Amino acid sequence: MKKMKMMLVDDEERFLSTTKKLLEKKGYDVVTALSGAEALEKIRIQNIHVVILDVKMPGMDGIAALKEIKRQFPLIEVIMLTGHATIESAVKGLKSGAIDYLTKPADINEIIEKAELAFEKRQDLEEKIRVAQMRKLMKSPSQIIQET
Amino acid sequence: MDMFRTLVVDDEVDFLETIVNRLKKRKLDAIGVTSGEEALALLKEQIFDVIILDIKMPGGMDGIEALREIKRIQPLVEVILLTGHASVETSIEGMKLGAFDYCLKPIKFEDLLQKMGAAFGKKSTHDKKIRDAKIQELIRYPSKVFDQD
Amino acid sequence: MEIYKRKSIYKNLQRKIIIIILCVSIIPLVFLGETIYYRFAETYGEKIEEQIKYRVRSVSDGVEVFLKERTAIVATILDTHSFDYLKQQENLARIFKVISRRTDGLIDLGVIDSAGQHLAYSGPYNLKGLNYYQQGWFNEVMTKGKYISNVYMGYRQLPHFVIAVRGYSNGQSWILRATVDSDIFNKLVRTAQTGKSGDAYIINKNGIYQTAPRFSGKILGKSNIPLTLFGRSTTVAEKIKDNGKTKHVAGTWLKNNEWLLVITQNVGDEKGGLLTTRNTEIIIIVFSCLAIIMTTFFAMRIIFKHLEEADKGISELNDQLIQSDKMAALGKMATGIAHEINNPLAIIGEKAGWMRDLLVEEEFQKSENFKEYEQSIDKIEEHVERARKITHNMLGFARRMEHRLDDVDINHVLHQTLELLQSYAQTNNIEISKDFQSELPIIASDQSQLQQVFLNLINNAIDAVEKDGWIEVKTRKKDSQIVIAIKDNGPGIAEEHLKKVFDPFFTTKETGKGTGLGLSVSYNIIKKLGGTIKAESKPSEGAVFSIKLPISQSFNVRKVRLMITKFARLEFELFTKPSKSDFLRVHQK
Repeated sequence: MKKMKMMLVDDEERFLSTTKKLLEKKGYDVVTALSGAEALEKIRIQNIHVVILDVKMPGMDGIAALKEIKRQFPLIEVIMLTGHATIESAVKGLKSGAIDYLTKPADINEIIEKAELAFEKRQDLEEKIRVAQMRKLMKSPSQIIQET
Repeated sequence: MDMFRTLVVDDEVDFLETIVNRLKKRKLDAIGVTSGEEALALLKEQIFDVIILDIKMPGGMDGIEALREIKRIQPLVEVILLTGHASVETSIEGMKLGAFDYCLKPIKFEDLLQKMGAAFGKKSTHDKKIRDAKIQELIRYPSKVFDQD
Repeated sequence: MEIYKRKSIYKNLQRKIIIIILCVSIIPLVFLGETIYYRFAETYGEKIEEQIKYRVRSVSDGVEVFLKERTAIVATILDTHSFDYLKQQENLARIFKVISRRTDGLIDLGVIDSAGQHLAYSGPYNLKGLNYYQQGWFNEVMTKGKYISNVYMGYRQLPHFVIAVRGYSNGQSWILRATVDSDIFNKLVRTAQTGKSGDAYIINKNGIYQTAPRFSGKILGKSNIPLTLFGRSTTVAEKIKDNGKTKHVAGTWLKNNEWLLVITQNVGDEKGGLLTTRNTEIIIIVFSCLAIIMTTFFAMRIIFKHLEEADKGISELNDQLIQSDKMAALGKMATGIAHEINNPLAIIGEKAGWMRDLLVEEEFQKSENFKEYEQSIDKIEEHVERARKITHNMLGFARRMEHRLDDVDINHVLHQTLELLQSYAQTNNIEISKDFQSELPIIASDQSQLQQVFLNLINNAIDAVEKDGWIEVKTRKKDSQIVIAIKDNGPGIAEEHLKKVFDPFFTTKETGKGTGLGLSVSYNIIKKLGGTIKAESKPSEGAVFSIKLPISQSFNVRKVRLMITKFARLEFELFTKPSKSDFLRVHQK
C-alpha cells in the first residue's frame, strides 16, 4: 500500500510544528506551508495526497486557496480546518471541493481518521482512472501511441 | 433539457404550497410533499432534477436521513437543503452527503431560483457528459445497445 | 471585588505566617542564647570562686609559714643560748645582727625576765629597761610558752606585733621577744590584692585590722566584715553586697584561728570577660534576629506578590471564562430564537412573494389600489429582509461570524449602509451628512462585517439623537489608515460610561430595548480586522465614534490573493454559465 503524504497549511507556526510532530510520530509523511501560496508552490514540486488547509489565514482566503488547489490538482483531497466553524464557510468549503471540514482544536486522531478516509477516496479514484485507462487501452490499443 | 423537475420537501404546508405555487407560476414543473417518506416514495417512481429539502421535519425522517436515501435512489439528482434550523454540523453532513447547497430560511426567492438554476446546470452538464460518453461508446460498440437493454 | 477580598485574606495570612516564623526562629534563638549565657556565667562564677579560694589559701599558707619561720628563729635562739648569755646587751646585739643579715621581717630582739623587766634590747627603739609585766602578751607567753601577739601600738606607738618565746633556766622563766616588721608583713598580705578592686587584709577575731586594707579602714581600725560568715579555720567564698556592689569575699583562719585572712574582689571586675561574652552574644542574637526578620519579610513579600499576580491572572482568566460562558449562553439563546423565527418569516416572505406574483396578472393591474398593494408588498418584503438579516446575524453571532477579506470600498459600504437608514432617519427629522474623502484606497477587509459595524454605530447615533438633530459621517485617509468618524449631536456619553461602552451587555438603553452587545460585537469585529475603534464624548455635545482601519497588508500576499480570486471567479463563470443560460431560457418561456 502506498504511504500517505500530508500537507498542513496554517499561518500559526506553532500549530504547524506540533501537529507535524504528532503526525510524524504516528508514521506519516508531513509537509507544512504557512500560506496558500506556499502550499501551491510545494504541491507543484512534491506529490501530496491530502492537504489540511486552514480556512482563515491573513491575506489569503482559505476557500480561494482550496479552489485553486482543486483547480490545478483535482486529485488532491483537501480537508478544511477552522478555528470558528460557520455554516457559510463550511458550505463554501465543501462546495468548493473540500472532502471534509474540521474544527480547531482538532484531535490528532480525528485528523488522522479524516485524512485516511480522504486518502482512501483518492486511491479509489486513482484506481478507477487506472482501470478506465486500461479498458480504453484494451479496447483501442492504437491510443497508446496517441497518448504517449 | 428545457424544463426541469423540482421536488419540494417541507413539513410547513404554508411554505410548501407557496413555494410550489410560485415555481409553477414561473412555469416550472414542481411538486411538493410534506415528509421525507413521501419524497422517497415519489423518487422511486419519477425522476427529478432538483430537490429542495428541509432538514428539520418533526415527526418523521429528518432531512439528512432523507438526503442519504435520495442520493442512494437517484444519485444524479441535485439537492438544495433549505432550513430555518441551520447548524454547522448539519451543513457539513449535508454537504458531505452530496447536497448542492445549504441555505438558510428565509431566503429571497430570486436567490433560490438562481441556486436551483445553478444546481440544474450542474446536473445537466453531468447528464450530458454521461450521455456523451454513452453515445461515444455506442458509436464504437453498437452491440452494446443490446447488452444494456 | 474578589481580588480585594483575597488581598485582605492574604494580608492576614502573611501576618500569621510571619509571626509564626518569627516565633519559631527567634524564641529558640533567644532561649538558646540565654541558656548558654547562664551556663557560662555559672561556670565562670565557679571558676572565679575557685580562684579566689585558691588565692586565699596560698596567701594564708604564706603568712602561716612566715610566722612559723620567725617563731622558729626566735625559739632556736632561745634554745641555743642561755639566759645569762643573752641578757648581755652586746651578745644580743651580735645575734640580732646575724639574724638581720640572714632574714628579714624582724625589727628588734629583746630579753625579758620573769618579772617583765626588759633586760636586753637590740633594735631601733630605746626600749631597754621597760617593764612588760602589765602587758597582755606577757601573761600569755608566760602561760603558753610561745605567743604571737595581735597588732598593737605598745610603747613605741606604732602598730606592730611581737613573737615571744619563753625559756627556762635556773628555775627562772625568761622571755625572748622579737618584733615583726609590719611593712614586710603587710607586703606579704598585699600580694593577694589583685585587679582594681581586689583587697586582702588580716583581721583578728574581734574584727580589728591587723594589716592595712587597701580601701576604707586603717590598721587597728574596726572592720565591718561579719565574722560569722567564716566557719572555723575553713576557707569560704561568699558574695556580699557592699554599697550596691557585689563582692566575692573569701577568708581563712590562721594563727590558731586568731587571725582571719580576707580577700575581697568586686564581681564586676572579675566578670569583665563574662560581660564581653554576654555583649558579643547579644549582638550576635540581635543581628541574627534582624536577619531572620528581614529575610522573612522579604521572602513573604516576594511570595505573596507572586501569589497575588497569579491570582490576578486567575481572576482575569475567570472573568474571561465567565464572559465566554455568558457569550455561549447568549449565543445558544440567540440561535434558538433565530431558528424559531426563521420559519414563520420564510412563510411571510413567500406569501408576500406569491402576492407579488399574482399582482402581475392583468386584472389586478387595473385595480385602483394596485399601487397601494404593490407598496405594501414592497414593505413586507423589505421588513422580512430586515428581520432575516437580524436572525441570520444572530446565527452568525452564535458562531462568532468568521470574516473573510474582500476588496472593500469604505465609501461605498458607508453609502449603502446610510441608504438603509435614510428613511428611518428622515422620519425622526435627523439629518445625516456625508463628508467622504474621494478616492479612498480600496482595502482588503470584510465587507459584510464592516457593514454590520457601521449599521450598528449609525443606529446608535440615531438612537442617541432621538429626534431633530444631525449625524455626520466622515472618512479620511491618514497615513496608512482609513479613519471613519461617526459624529452625532445627541446628549453624549457620561464619562463613567465612556470606558464601558465596548463591554458586552453594557447598555444605557432602557431594559429590553438594547442587548448591550452591539458595540461589543463591533469592537471585536474591528479588532479582528486589524483596526481600532474608540469613543469620545463631551457631555451635551454629542459623541464621536472613530474607527481606524489599516489600508493594506503586504503587497505580495494581496497580489497572490487577488490572483487566486480571479482564477476562482473565472472557474465559476466557466462552470456556471451554461446552466445560467439554460435556466434563463426556461425562465423566459
